[in-house]
Amino acid sequence: MNITANLLQKQKKRILEIWMQNQLADSALRDDLMTNDELLKQSEELIDALARAVKSGNIDNIFAAEFDQITEILSDVSITRARQGFSPRETGMYVLSLKRAISTVMEDEYKDQPEVLYKEITTINNLLDQLSIITFETFIKSREEVILRQTDEISEISTPVIRVWEGILALPIIGTLDSARTQVVMENLLQEIVNTGSNIAILDISGVPAVDSLVAQHLIKTVSATRLMGAECIISGIRAEIAQTIVHLGIDLSNIKTKASLASALQLAFSMSSVEVRKINKNTGAGLIR
Amino acid sequence: MIVMTKDTMQIVREQDVVPFRNRVREFAAKIGMSLVNQTKLITAASELVRNMLKYASGGKVILEIISKSAQTGVRLTFVDEGPGISDIKQAMQDGFSTGRSLGLGLPGAKRLVNEFDIQSTPGTGTTVTIIHWKHGR
Repeated sequence: MNITANLLQKQKKRILEIWMQNQLADSALRDDLMTNDELLKQSEELIDALARAVKSGNIDNIFAAEFDQITEILSDVSITRARQGFSPRETGMYVLSLKRAISTVMEDEYKDQPEVLYKEITTINNLLDQLSIITFETFIKSREEVILRQTDEISEISTPVIRVWEGILALPIIGTLDSARTQVVMENLLQEIVNTGSNIAILDISGVPAVDSLVAQHLIKTVSATRLMGAECIISGIRAEIAQTIVHLGIDLSNIKTKASLASALQLAFSMSSVEVRKINKNTGAGLIR
Repeated sequence: MIVMTKDTMQIVREQDVVPFRNRVREFAAKIGMSLVNQTKLITAASELVRNMLKYASGGKVILEIISKSAQTGVRLTFVDEGPGISDIKQAMQDGFSTGRSLGLGLPGAKRLVNEFDIQSTPGTGTTVTIIHWKHGR
């Protein structure tokens, strides 16, 4: 393998030149996202690191200490490229075009020794293939981080607590109610009960696509916690098909006040807090009577 | 019995539950199942897939549209390689749970669908098969 290591050192300039040519020739190069100088610097660092790593004699295990620097550079490249908006193809081409450059130089160098050429090219190919997998892995990982962050943001914004009347809160739940979601819902609701001094909370589950026993258990927990705070909880938005499913599942919601629609839940809340809503009598001009 | 459409889904994370439920809904809607029956099937599927995640840390589900003597239906097979259930009779009882939940998943799922079958070998894994017909009760 020292042949390759020596070659990498000796021919560094040429490899770099060809590699840069390959990268620049690629019509998809995004010089709008990155300057050529930056690219050159990055590429040079990588070849240096590669030469050092190969010299150590280890060419199979890219997780060994010798390759730390390379994996670091590559991860760095993929992460910055993922953020800058490069496509996976462009990021993958970065390492794969290096492979082509090294092969070209080797071909020139070992023209007369086909056996050596074959052996060296195979090993360097294997190595660079593994390295290109690293770029993909980190690229996807950094994209996944973005997705995870968005998931968190969605669960934050999708649980607003609305004050519909003095002493009455409404909480429309949209989407699947999992453990993490329930935690957010419960925290928001209990905090808002404290803040507003409300004594009735309406949980509207019209936007929950499926109510299974786990969702029901989460709902029951939320209702119990609300009761401990001295407030009453009404669950609204139970659709016909969900009612049937709950019965078949055998979930007991009989000691929880439930209503089919938010409107009827609001009506119940009004009567519980002795509020009456009437149509305006045009002659007298009187509005809501409390 | 003829299998008309077949699909397999791997379930390994909680995030896989929602896409899986949507896939079941697609299958049920494809054969023209009523909304109530769709919801029953999806809820049963949701219970079983959650069990699989909780007790066996994942597994796979085979989704099929089947046809038998002028009836069409959806068959779901939940296969996991978890610890298995030592006492199925006990697990099928209402309110029995080893995981501090309501204990309604298995018996509830059985009540929700037309056909329910559970096979389990401790140490090897569990396979649950459910069938819900288009014109199920």
